[in-house]
Amino acid sequence: MNPKNLAYIRTEMLGPEPAPLSTKTISGWIRANLLATPKDTALTVIAAALLLWTVPGMLEWLFFDAVWSGSDRSVCTTIVQGGIQPDGWKGACWAFVGDRFQQFMFGRYPLDERWRPMLVAILFVALLVPMLIPKVPRKGLNALLFFVVFPIVAFFLLHGNIFGLREVETPLWGGLMVTLILSFVGIAVSLPVGILLALGRRSNMPVIRIFCVGFIEIIRGVPLISVLFMANVMLPLFLPTGWTIDNFLRALVGVAIFASAYMAEVIRGGLQAIPKGQSEGADSLGLSYWQKMRLIILPQAVKLVIPGIVNTFIGLFKDTSLVSIIGMFDLLGIVRLNFTDTTWITPVTPITGLIFAGFIFWLFCFGMSRYSAFMERHLDTSHTR
Amino acid sequence: MKKTLLSAAIGAAVLGFASAASAATLDNVKSKGFVQCGVNTGLAGFAAPDSAGNWTGFDVDYCKAVAAAIFGDATKVKYTPTTAQSRFTALQSGEVDLLARNTTWTISRDTALGLNFRYVNYYDGQGFMVPKSLNVKSALELSGAAVCVQSGTTTELNLADYFKANNLQYNPVVFEKLEEVNAAYQAGRCDVYTTDQSGLYAIRLGLSNPDEHVILPEIISKEPLGPAVRQGDDQWFDIVMWAGYALVQAEEFGITQANVDEMKNSTNPDIRRFLGVEKDTKIGTDLGLTNEWAYNIVKGVGNYAEVFERNIGQNTPLKIERGLNALWTKGGLQYAPPIR
Repeated sequence: MNPKNLAYIRTEMLGPEPAPLSTKTISGWIRANLLATPKDTALTVIAAALLLWTVPGMLEWLFFDAVWSGSDRSVCTTIVQGGIQPDGWKGACWAFVGDRFQQFMFGRYPLDERWRPMLVAILFVALLVPMLIPKVPRKGLNALLFFVVFPIVAFFLLHGNIFGLREVETPLWGGLMVTLILSFVGIAVSLPVGILLALGRRSNMPVIRIFCVGFIEIIRGVPLISVLFMANVMLPLFLPTGWTIDNFLRALVGVAIFASAYMAEVIRGGLQAIPKGQSEGADSLGLSYWQKMRLIILPQAVKLVIPGIVNTFIGLFKDTSLVSIIGMFDLLGIVRLNFTDTTWITPVTPITGLIFAGFIFWLFCFGMSRYSAFMERHLDTSHTR
Repeated sequence: MKKTLLSAAIGAAVLGFASAASAATLDNVKSKGFVQCGVNTGLAGFAAPDSAGNWTGFDVDYCKAVAAAIFGDATKVKYTPTTAQSRFTALQSGEVDLLARNTTWTISRDTALGLNFRYVNYYDGQGFMVPKSLNVKSALELSGAAVCVQSGTTTELNLADYFKANNLQYNPVVFEKLEEVNAAYQAGRCDVYTTDQSGLYAIRLGLSNPDEHVILPEIISKEPLGPAVRQGDDQWFDIVMWAGYALVQAEEFGITQANVDEMKNSTNPDIRRFLGVEKDTKIGTDLGLTNEWAYNIVKGVGNYAEVFERNIGQNTPLKIERGLNALWTKGGLQYAPPIR
């Protein structure tokens, strides 16, 4: 009996069927994802109601009813409040942000010298972008320019008093510029110092170990705000008269040592995750301690803790706004300072200014977070399947 | 033993440096070429940045007056924004030459903190703001009211004292942050808002319906605000204080920024002495300055009335009344000792 002749046996494969409508169309997607069960349906309805309730009002407040241009409080106040808007008007006062935008960026930096921070910003971007793109070659030279040459050039450009540039003292610096300088220095100092501290803490040499443990534990045990207060309020009393250390420098040092202590613990977490075999293997190859660390241990350890490192960076970026309590004006500080200007006191000024500051902070933090996610994927060689 | 030695050494160091800060401030300022002035980190009308980022305000103009007296140029000032906590250290350590930061003159600050006050540039006091709809004319009618107040300030204590002394009932509604107090008052969670009167005007400006709120006439505490200097340098103390009195005296004489040059031709010997044009005047040189010191002040910032009106008076959004700060001849407290 030849099975090939049997009529009830198929001789060819069936062609593929089109996917069922329920998975292809929008309504199908909605049914599968939003209305699959009665519980899902209820949740969808509630969520939609919430969105309908909040979003239109928010959009109206933020954009449609907002004031976009003007030079004083009258454009953002109703007639009763002494302005030109109809009674009952409510909306964001972007005119305030527009009027003070330069100040939010540069603080009280002299108007005719603002090309200097602009130039520094351009240099910063020009050096940062190739640094961040893995494909661009000459990373070593780039890093040297970015972490050694750039800070020196930037300092002289911003501070002046050299090459015929007018001196601009640090109390005049402010706004986003100060936020970025503080975080750049914090980040650039904390990573190498943090690595050294983490290695020191695991060292066999008692003096180094005790110093590193003491440094980390003391700095981590104190709130940043009290370090800044000490530097701002107590330090001047201990210095001889006329010996004032620049307020900005104090904040820079405070932020940098603070970030270093946290960074050290993040790196140590990575070091502990590396199996002992790696170290022993390196030893058996005859590598010195520094060769072993540089070539074998640290590349693996640092890769493991990228999320922790970026977390510290983001925390540091936001912590810089604490300097406003010692009389320095970072982005948040200068925005809040401008609330006190009688030209712009309105019921909506504070909330508009804070939304703006929040948005700028978010922009930078989100950027860092996305880049770290990209870097993790790029460096990922083994740990996921 | 070691500990005592160490703490003694630190104590000696602190004292040593603190007293060393008293070397001749005027010489120091002259050689620096500017006055380093401690101001508020932002208080509407008193110290705030304009759109170009320059400091302006009532206290800021005071710094300018001192610079004008010394250099004949009101722009020779550098500002150090100081917080409520850091202001006294900044002055004691010599970081700033004078403090013009709405600071209340109290005996403990004058003695224990080692500061010197004399001239009062703004007589402030704690006041009340209520909605007009309540029809309250005096704070004595506020029995049973809910009062919005910021916690941890002398304001809270003054409030309790006042209501107790007048045998009135009240419910305090306490918040930690100023923004929260504002929001609570705006939302109607309390009937009364209390803080320093100069601050109430700025807060009223930020309400959604400022015209529906009134500031009651009563002041329940004394807050004389004035410039302060370190103890131990009498010459500098004299300059800073008399710069303030010169502003008041100029208003008494009717000398303004606009007419100061004409006034030099006045026949009134008092005015001529004040402006340094009378022969054998030694007022300015005795202060360690030139005899044009008062002329320079008025030329640079105007008289007291002009400074007041420009920053916080009726033509500004704050619309603060002169009240206690009117001249003594007009029922206020602003009174300059004779300049002769």
